[in-house]
Amino acid sequence: MLNINNLHVKLEAEDKPILKGVNLSIGAGEVHAIMGPNGSGKSTLSYVLAGRDGYEVTEGSADLDGMDLLAMEPEERAAAGLFLAFQYPVEIPGVGNMTFLRTAANAQRKARGEPELSAGDFLKLVRAKAATLKIDAEMLKRPVNVGFSGGEKKRNEILQMAMLEPKMCILDETDSGLDVDAMKLVSDGVNALRGAGRSFLVITHYQRLLDHIKPDFVHIMAAGRIVRSGGPDLALEVETNGYADLLSEVM
Amino acid sequence: MAATAQKDAGRRGATEARLAALGLPKGGFTASARADALSRLVAMGLPVKRDEYWRYTDPSSLTAAVAPVAALFKGAPEADLFGGRDRLIIAFADGVFDAGRSSADLAMNGVEVTRLALADQADIHWARDLYGVLETAGQTPVARPLAALNSAAATDGVLIRVTGRPALPVHLVYHHGSTTSDAMLHHCIRVEAGAELTLLESGAGAARLNVVTEVDLAPGARFHHVRGQGRDHDRRATTAIFARIGAGALFKSFTLTVNGALTRNECVLDIVGDGAVAHVAGAALGDGATGGFVQDDTVFVTHGAVGCESRQVFKKVLKNGATGVFQGKILVRKGAQKTDGYQISQSLLLDGDSQFLAKPELEIYADDVKCSHGSTTGAIDETALFYLRSRGVGREDAVALLVLSFLADAIAEIEDEGLQAEIVARLEGWLARRRKG
Repeated sequence: MLNINNLHVKLEAEDKPILKGVNLSIGAGEVHAIMGPNGSGKSTLSYVLAGRDGYEVTEGSADLDGMDLLAMEPEERAAAGLFLAFQYPVEIPGVGNMTFLRTAANAQRKARGEPELSAGDFLKLVRAKAATLKIDAEMLKRPVNVGFSGGEKKRNEILQMAMLEPKMCILDETDSGLDVDAMKLVSDGVNALRGAGRSFLVITHYQRLLDHIKPDFVHIMAAGRIVRSGGPDLALEVETNGYADLLSEVM
Repeated sequence: MAATAQKDAGRRGATEARLAALGLPKGGFTASARADALSRLVAMGLPVKRDEYWRYTDPSSLTAAVAPVAALFKGAPEADLFGGRDRLIIAFADGVFDAGRSSADLAMNGVEVTRLALADQADIHWARDLYGVLETAGQTPVARPLAALNSAAATDGVLIRVTGRPALPVHLVYHHGSTTSDAMLHHCIRVEAGAELTLLESGAGAARLNVVTEVDLAPGARFHHVRGQGRDHDRRATTAIFARIGAGALFKSFTLTVNGALTRNECVLDIVGDGAVAHVAGAALGDGATGGFVQDDTVFVTHGAVGCESRQVFKKVLKNGATGVFQGKILVRKGAQKTDGYQISQSLLLDGDSQFLAKPELEIYADDVKCSHGSTTGAIDETALFYLRSRGVGREDAVALLVLSFLADAIAEIEDEGLQAEIVARLEGWLARRRKG
């Protein structure tokens, strides 16, 4: 599904290398988690994959089902099936959540040469998916993320994911700012989307999210590289011993 | 001193030349108000760029003896603004009443509508007490010579007296059919106690259009005003609203300006009764590539009563060398306690060529008031743009959504949701045409 090969990235503005040779291969239907201390490059990796400006790829490649991701515009990557759940979802005053969802869904369908959803069909679909995330009609009407609590924002991200039906989902610290109940709700939403060949890359600081979203593989990132990979047990090891021990072994 | 005298001679010469080019109507019941306006204008002279409130907007094309030529609009046709709703229409073409495009019957329960040109020979008491009166009051402390010129020289307009709650809005439609037309219209509106009116205006109206509207709101009156100033690229317009707002009355005005070489919208609100509410808002979109765009909102709100609320919300989207201007003042008089005054002016610059010039002013002589103002200039938020694009929305569509997002606060000032939707549809059309081009 997703193949990242020797990816080197630097911040354009500061000429500062952030990623220093990331290798990662995610198969169809797999759930991978990336853990790592602050500043290790986890969020940068997610932004670079989604196509955010401000980063320069100096070496390496990333492809999604054989398509060269790095050569595509962000909207093309989305239409190709990539989705990034933001750590800090953006507020867009004056644009209704529903309008936003429909614009996004239809833009992707158009890009793929599929017919647009009718307003009625779309509404039905949104309502059904929103209900499972406990997102009410009022939240759908309100401007995108404006006045939403931290938990509401993250649920809204998962609703977008559910509506857009991507094949490769990247969750960037989706657990940050969530209380236990909200984390459960968000995780249930994610788990409901597992299967059907859909793959996930879950970026997190903490093991606790991985209690809810059980990964097939866990990777530890440090100083711009993946320094260790393993199964779910690796996350438990981090939780018990912290990053310091682990990193002193490998670096 | 010699230089000043010379400059004043220049102003005097321009004023004389402008007046010489006009056939001044003699007037019936407006005769004395017109004579008074003329003498006031001669004394103050037409504006020049060095005047304090004309520093950002060059008035020379508004004061020139002959109106600059303005080509008729040739772009893709668009459904008439407010055309889809029932309303009472009074149409003017290049400043001349157009019976063929007006409602056949101007009678409606709860409102009396008369044309100034017809009424001038009658003696309509309420209008006599209004014509030029609020305009005169609004000349202090800031002179508004183009409004005085209008009071002296307006050839037509409407007189609207509202005594109830008319079922339909009154719609003034300004057609532009001559490339050299120079039109002056003067409206007087009196909304009696507890009565309510929605006034709509649309269209470019003339190559050069000067409209003055005097609005007198009795206690508990409600006045909703929504206007669009037409799509003609070359047209020039100067408008001035003078409103006197009585106790517990509501005044709400929203203006959409897209295109137009030069637009100066003045709004002078005098809040005289306790517990009154006055909101004035505007959304302007300008593309300098279509022949220049200068759009200026100059607002003066005076709080002269207790417990009143005023809001000014102005948003401008500018590209390709367009210029936006905002000059807004809140004056709180002594004794106007519990005043809640708010003012925001913001511009969204879509490129590095455009500019926004803002001059917010507060002058407060009461001690128990809440007044705030803010002014910002910014570009499209790159994080929001990335967020939308990461959801599959193409760059241009994402920018359009963010422009609508930026304008939302101003549009929210329109109370009627149907009218809001019409304005949004106009904005979407404007943005969509610019995506193709």
